[in-house]
Amino acid sequence: MRRLALSDEVLMTVEKPARYIGNEINSVMKDKEKIDIRFAMCFPDVYEISMSHLGLQIIYDMLNTRDDIWCERVFSPWTDLDGVMRRDQIPLFALESQDPIKEFDFLGITIQYEMCYTNILQILDLSQIPLHAKDRGENDPLVIGGGPCTYNPEPLADFFDLFYIGEGETQMLPLMDAYKANKARGGSREDFLVMAANIPGIYVPRFYEVSYKEDGTLASFVPTREDIPAKIQKQVQMDVTNTYYPMKPIVPFIKVTQDRVTLEIQRGCIRGCRFCQAGMLYRPTRERDVNELKRWAKSMLESTGQEEISLSSLSSSDYSQLGELLTYLIEEFQDKKVNISLPSLRIDAFSLDIMSKVQDIKKSSLTFAPEAGSQRLRDVINKGLTEEVILEGAGTAFEGGWSKVKLYFMLGLPTETEEDQKGIAHLAEAIAERYYEIPKEQRNGKCQITVSTSFFVPKPFTPFQWATMFPKEEYLSRAKTVKNEIRSQLNQKSIKYNWHEADVTVLEGILARGDRRLCAVIEDVYKKGAIFDAWNEYFHPDEWQKSFAACSVDPDFYIMRERSTEELLPWDFIDMGVTKQFLIREWETARKEVVTPNCREKCSGCGAAKFKGGVCVEGKN
Amino acid sequence: MKVRIKFAKTGAMKFIGHLDVMRYFQKAIRRAGLDAAYSEGYSPHMIMSFAAPLGVGLTSQGEYFDLVLNSATTSEDMIQRLNGAMAEGIQVLSLVQVEDGKASKAMSLVAAADYFVTFREGKEPCADWESRIADYYAQERIPIVKKTKRSEMEVDIKPMIQEMRIYNHGVFLRLATGSANNLKPELVMEGFGTFVGQSLEPFAVQTERLETYAEQEGSLIPLADLGEIIG
Repeated sequence: MRRLALSDEVLMTVEKPARYIGNEINSVMKDKEKIDIRFAMCFPDVYEISMSHLGLQIIYDMLNTRDDIWCERVFSPWTDLDGVMRRDQIPLFALESQDPIKEFDFLGITIQYEMCYTNILQILDLSQIPLHAKDRGENDPLVIGGGPCTYNPEPLADFFDLFYIGEGETQMLPLMDAYKANKARGGSREDFLVMAANIPGIYVPRFYEVSYKEDGTLASFVPTREDIPAKIQKQVQMDVTNTYYPMKPIVPFIKVTQDRVTLEIQRGCIRGCRFCQAGMLYRPTRERDVNELKRWAKSMLESTGQEEISLSSLSSSDYSQLGELLTYLIEEFQDKKVNISLPSLRIDAFSLDIMSKVQDIKKSSLTFAPEAGSQRLRDVINKGLTEEVILEGAGTAFEGGWSKVKLYFMLGLPTETEEDQKGIAHLAEAIAERYYEIPKEQRNGKCQITVSTSFFVPKPFTPFQWATMFPKEEYLSRAKTVKNEIRSQLNQKSIKYNWHEADVTVLEGILARGDRRLCAVIEDVYKKGAIFDAWNEYFHPDEWQKSFAACSVDPDFYIMRERSTEELLPWDFIDMGVTKQFLIREWETARKEVVTPNCREKCSGCGAAKFKGGVCVEGKN
Repeated sequence: MKVRIKFAKTGAMKFIGHLDVMRYFQKAIRRAGLDAAYSEGYSPHMIMSFAAPLGVGLTSQGEYFDLVLNSATTSEDMIQRLNGAMAEGIQVLSLVQVEDGKASKAMSLVAAADYFVTFREGKEPCADWESRIADYYAQERIPIVKKTKRSEMEVDIKPMIQEMRIYNHGVFLRLATGSANNLKPELVMEGFGTFVGQSLEPFAVQTERLETYAEQEGSLIPLADLGEIIG
C-alpha cells in the first residue's frame, strides 16, 4: 500500500484531506522503477478547481499512454496546508506516488488565468525548486508552462525553463523523446533546452533578450543564439477526431466544480467576437466526428459511473451535428439516469425543445450573452446577436413556460458611451415587457431577469489588444450607471443586477499584457504572502500596489494607454496563424462600427488558413 | 427488491467523509452495472440508506448500506462486479437480500457497534494503561462532560458501554450506536484519559469499527445476518 506524504495528524487537521491523498478511480499508478520520465502535471489552484479542467486530463491521459512516462498530478495546497508545509518543511508531492515533486523530470504547469501567477510561485517554493529558472541545477525538474496565458508568457519568463505555445497534442511526446535522447547521451540541461527550443511551439525564455525604449515600450526582442528560432509557431491539433482524449477520466472522491464527464465537441469558434481571446487563439474551428463523440460519451460514462455529461466548446450551437448528438445522448442515456447538462445554446425552437426534454422548465433559465447594451456597440465588438433575435427567442420561450432569463454583458469596451451602458438596462426592460405581454392567467408568475456585467480586459492576439483600460473608479461608476438605470425602470422588481469587483479587473489587465519587468513584481508580492489571488478572500490589491512601487514598475503603463499599432508587443514573437495585419484591420473596422461575417459566411482572411484544415477547408474538398 | 451491502474501509480511504463515500458508491454501482432503482423526478437518485455514519479518520471492517434494485443476479456475481469497480481501500464483503419497507431500513435497525482502539506510539496516557482499563470500566458511573454549543452537560456513559476490555494491546469496545443512543469511541477514550489523570493528546488513538449490529429479541445480530444470500 502507498505511504502518504502527509501524516494522519496533518490530514486530520486540514480541511478536505481527500484533496491530498490521490487514489481516485482512474488515476494512474505505475512502477517508478520501470519509468524513464516522471512528469508532474500541475494546475496551480485548489483541487476542486484543478480537477474540473479538461486540458489537464487530456495531457495526463496522453502522457500515460506511454509505458516509459508516468504523469502524475499536483495542485495548490489550500492555505491551511500551505502553512503546515512551510512550518514543517514538507516538500510538495504528487498525488499518485506521493513522492516529492523535486524528484521529477518535469513539472508542467497549466496557466489558465492571470490571477494564479502567485500560486505558481507557491508550487515552486513548496516543491523546494528555485523560483528562477536560471538558478536551477541539473537535478531540478524542468519547469514547463502551457495554456491560454502562455500566449503572453513574458510576465512569467523568469520562472519557467520553457513554455509550450499551443495545443498539447502535437509536440508534447516529441519533446519527451528529445529529453530521453539527451539524457541517453549524457547531455546537460542546457543541451536539452537548445534541443527543445528547436521543436515547433517551444519557447525557452532564457534564449531571448529584450531591450526597451525610453518610453518603456519594447525596442527589440531577439534570440541570443544563432541556433534559436526568432518566431515561435503556435501548435494546433488539426485532426481533432483521431487524437488523444481520456476515455477513463479520473473520478474525484470529493465534489469538484465540474462534477461530470466532459465531451469536447469542437475546438475554435467561427464568430470572431473582437474581445474574445479564445475565439482568435483556437482558429481554425475544427469539429470532432459525431459518431466518434457518441462512442466517447458512452465509454466515459461507463468507465466513471458519472451521473452527468456536459458538452464543451465555444459557441456550441455552431457545431454542425449538434442536433444529432443531443438527440443521441438523450435517447441513449436519459433512461440510465444520466443528466445531460446543456451548454448555452442559441435560443430557438430547436434548443427550447431540447431544453424541455432535459430540464425542468420552471427552474431552468434562458441564457443570452449580448455582451454590449446597444446595437452600435455590439457592432463594434462584432457580436452578431441583435435585440430582435433576443426578444424573439425570449418570447418563444416565455410562451413555452420559461420565466427566468440570464443576461451577460461587459462594461469598459472600446468606444463605450453612457448610452451603451444604459442600453443594458433598456434591453433587460424590453425582455421583461415581452414577458408581461403574455396574459396573466397563462404566465408563470413574475419573470426573473438576472443581468450580470463583468469588466472588459483586453487580451493579447485580439483586435482589442491595443485598447486602453480605465481606472477602478471609472469601472464602478459605469456599473452604477447601469444599476441606476435599471432601478428607474417600470419593471425594476423583475430585474436583478450583479457586477464584478474592479480591483481584480485592473490587475488582470496589467498581467495579461505585461512584459518581463513584471516578474519582479510577482515575486515581490508572493514573498509578501500573496497566494490564491483568484479567491476574493485572499486577494489584497494594496499589497500588489506596494510591490509595484517597491519594484519601480508603473502599473498604468500597461493599462492606461491606447497602444499604437506600430508598437512592438511582448507577445509578437509568437506566430498565431491569425496575422497582426488581420487584427489591425479588425481594430479599424471595429471603430467604424462595421461587422465582419463569421467564418462560414465568408472567409475574412485572418491567416489561420495556413493550418490547412477545419472551417477553412469546409465544403472545399 | 432491497439488498444490504457490507464493506470495509481502510488505508487512505479513512479520509473520505461519509457523504463522499455515498457519492463514491453511487458511481461505483453504475460502473459495476448493477440494476439500481431510482427515485422519480428531474434529479433522480439511487435509493440507498447507510447504516451508521463513520467519522473521518476511522477505518472499518463492518460498514453497511441498503440499496433498492430493479433486478439482481447472484450475491457472488454482484460482489465480484462491485469489487471490480472499487478504489484501493474499499472492499465489498457481502451482499444479501433483506426485507423491503421502511421498518427494515439499515439505519433504523442499528443498535450497537464494535470498535478496536489502539494508542499511537508514544501517545499512551500512562505506562500501565492496559491494567487501568478494567478499573475504568468497573466504575459504577462513568461521567463525561458533553459540550454542546450552548452548554456543558454531564452524562453517564456507562449504560452505553456494553463491553470494554483489553484485546491484543488495544481496547475492544461494544458501544450503543444508532438513533436512540449513540456513543462515540473517542469519547470513551477521552474519559479514560481523564480517569488516569492525563488528558489525551490530539489524535492519540486510531480506531477501527469492526461490526455493526441490530437488536432482535434482546440479542445483537450483525446487520448482514438479517438477510439471505442470493444464490
